[in-house]
Amino acid sequence: MTYTFDFWPVLERWPLLLKGTLVTLELTLITTALGILLGSVGAVLRTGGPRPVRAFVAVYVEVIRNTPLLIQAYFLIFGLASAGLRLPILFGAALALTINVAAYTTEIVRAGIESIHRGQTEAAECLGLSRLQVYLHVIIRPALERVYPSLASQYVLLMLFSSIVSAVGVDELFGMANRIQSDTFRNFEVFVVVGAIYLVLSVVVRFGFWLVGQALFPRRRKLGTAL
Amino acid sequence: MNPVFVLSLFDGLLNTVILSLLTYLFGGLVGLAVALGRISPSKPVRLVASTYIQIIQGIPLLVLMGFGFFGPSILGFGNVSALAAATIAMSIYSSAYLGEIWRGCLQAVAKPQWEAAECLGLSRVQRMTRIIIPQAVRIAIPPTVGFMVQIIKNTSVASLVVGYGELTYNAKIINNATFQPFVYFGLAGILYFLVCYPLSELSRMMERRLNVASR
Amino acid sequence: MSPVVELEDVRKSFGSLEVLKGVSFSVERGQVAALIGQSGSGKSTALRCMDRLETIQGGRLTVCGHALHEPGVKLSDLRRDVGIVFQGYNLFPHLTVAQNVMLAPRLVRKMSKAQAKDRAEQVLARVGLAEKLGAYPEQLSGGQQQRVAIARGLAMEPKLMLFDEVTSALDPQLTGEVLRVIEQLASEGMTMVLVTHEMEFARRVADRIVYMHLGKVHESGGPEILTRPATPELARFLEAA
Repeated sequence: MTYTFDFWPVLERWPLLLKGTLVTLELTLITTALGILLGSVGAVLRTGGPRPVRAFVAVYVEVIRNTPLLIQAYFLIFGLASAGLRLPILFGAALALTINVAAYTTEIVRAGIESIHRGQTEAAECLGLSRLQVYLHVIIRPALERVYPSLASQYVLLMLFSSIVSAVGVDELFGMANRIQSDTFRNFEVFVVVGAIYLVLSVVVRFGFWLVGQALFPRRRKLGTAL
Repeated sequence: MNPVFVLSLFDGLLNTVILSLLTYLFGGLVGLAVALGRISPSKPVRLVASTYIQIIQGIPLLVLMGFGFFGPSILGFGNVSALAAATIAMSIYSSAYLGEIWRGCLQAVAKPQWEAAECLGLSRVQRMTRIIIPQAVRIAIPPTVGFMVQIIKNTSVASLVVGYGELTYNAKIINNATFQPFVYFGLAGILYFLVCYPLSELSRMMERRLNVASR
Repeated sequence: MSPVVELEDVRKSFGSLEVLKGVSFSVERGQVAALIGQSGSGKSTALRCMDRLETIQGGRLTVCGHALHEPGVKLSDLRRDVGIVFQGYNLFPHLTVAQNVMLAPRLVRKMSKAQAKDRAEQVLARVGLAEKLGAYPEQLSGGQQQRVAIARGLAMEPKLMLFDEVTSALDPQLTGEVLRVIEQLASEGMTMVLVTHEMEFARRVADRIVYMHLGKVHESGGPEILTRPATPELARFLEAA
């Protein structure tokens, strides 16, 4: 092995790396909030909506889950641009990521909803709760609690795959990596450094989910179990 | 719609399938080693396997593509082709996920089976190959087929760092020439869907059948 | 005064299977009625109809003044008046005991948190679980969970309580604590309908026994019919029980 590693040209551009990291975190945060919200709505519609709505959600989920994110992003962002609608690039990227992750979330939360025993809703109805109240308090919350570990994994993946939107020109962490590469030609070193940052970010996202879980699901805090 | 472009999409699809199959092969081999490492009786081996999984699952595929592309020359293998670089990256990536899936399947084979096999006086290797793996394979097939869909979709990332001419790559090139993103990315999407959806359905069907059988 | 529950020729089928073939009986205010009979006799279905968990297809059914045979029943009004306890407890696993009890008072009766808390403490004390406010259902025994479920129903101050085989899922040594709570409610004058397999308990607590057989009321009367059944079917049923 004759290659001499030189990390300095990469590390000295730390402001770019920091900026990219922040954009990645920002994208992840926004997309996570919207994805869980839309995914939960999707799951409710998929399980309890009127028949045409259920079918629509099912088609949406299948189309998204069986095509690559990169194609979806190109289709959406370049497509809208060709139709004369130029979205701010970060907005377009967040939109593409949200549409993508909401489909996976719909499937995950649906599994949670379907695992809620019929007796639970029956008991809630008999206490006089309205349909909406039953959904909010007796179905969605425990369903989210039950699938929370899967959700956390899915959103770590989302953070990692947000690197793909560098391909449509977003200066998130990987976009910055590309820039530093063309400045320094220290390709391998760039990937090592950026890989390490992503590794830390994935731990951060996991920890964030854990923290939110502690606040949202007091039973997990007290009993330390998923169920 | 230009027939030359459409043909080029099919050409890309072929390359997508090639990369997917190579990934399945090499990623599967490494993945099996990872799965066995995760349940190894030796603590250091378990630690290595789980560290490997944690690192790979914490890094974007795009970064692994970078390692696959620039790594070999640093290790003294000279420059590698785009396909080789993509195969390396995809195989490493997939091995971590397949390893975890298969570890779960191996562990799902009930503990009494382990003990029963032990009582029969079988060696650890015999127990593994004669008793545990054959049963684990049955439950592993549906999620493994399901993961094939992930692999196929993820090959699209090989269009970026390593510039492998698979379906997404070709669609992007065509779009640069035609500026008809809805048409060509739409077509590419349909091609992906036509390959992935049947696999998704197959995986689900097999899983349902398995659930019925085990009840 | 009209009865709290009144069934007249009530019919109900599931597909081609007719489960209730014209059931009639009534329960007066302050009365405890026990529905007994073999499994499949229709007793649980009859009970579920009273809380509109099943809709009836023929006859008349009036519960707390709500005519359930007429279209357009306001379910929310019915369920303010009726509490029900199930065989499988159906407590909400993600909520503490206190939150389980407070949920409906807060959401349906729009009580303040403090009011609902007071109410929860009070009803949980009635079932002997005042000290379990902060526990989660899975931390309790089956008998305790079932008592929480009773408290949850009581918190809405219902005019009628329904009990659907509430001790059937419990180990024998845990049934006593649940039955004692129900007995205490009876002595306080709560109107109740219970589907039960506990004949000794029914004899002690019920004012009225309704023996169902093959989707009909086969024999009914005071608790004395349990000692001197008039029909051979009830006699045989009691012997087997």
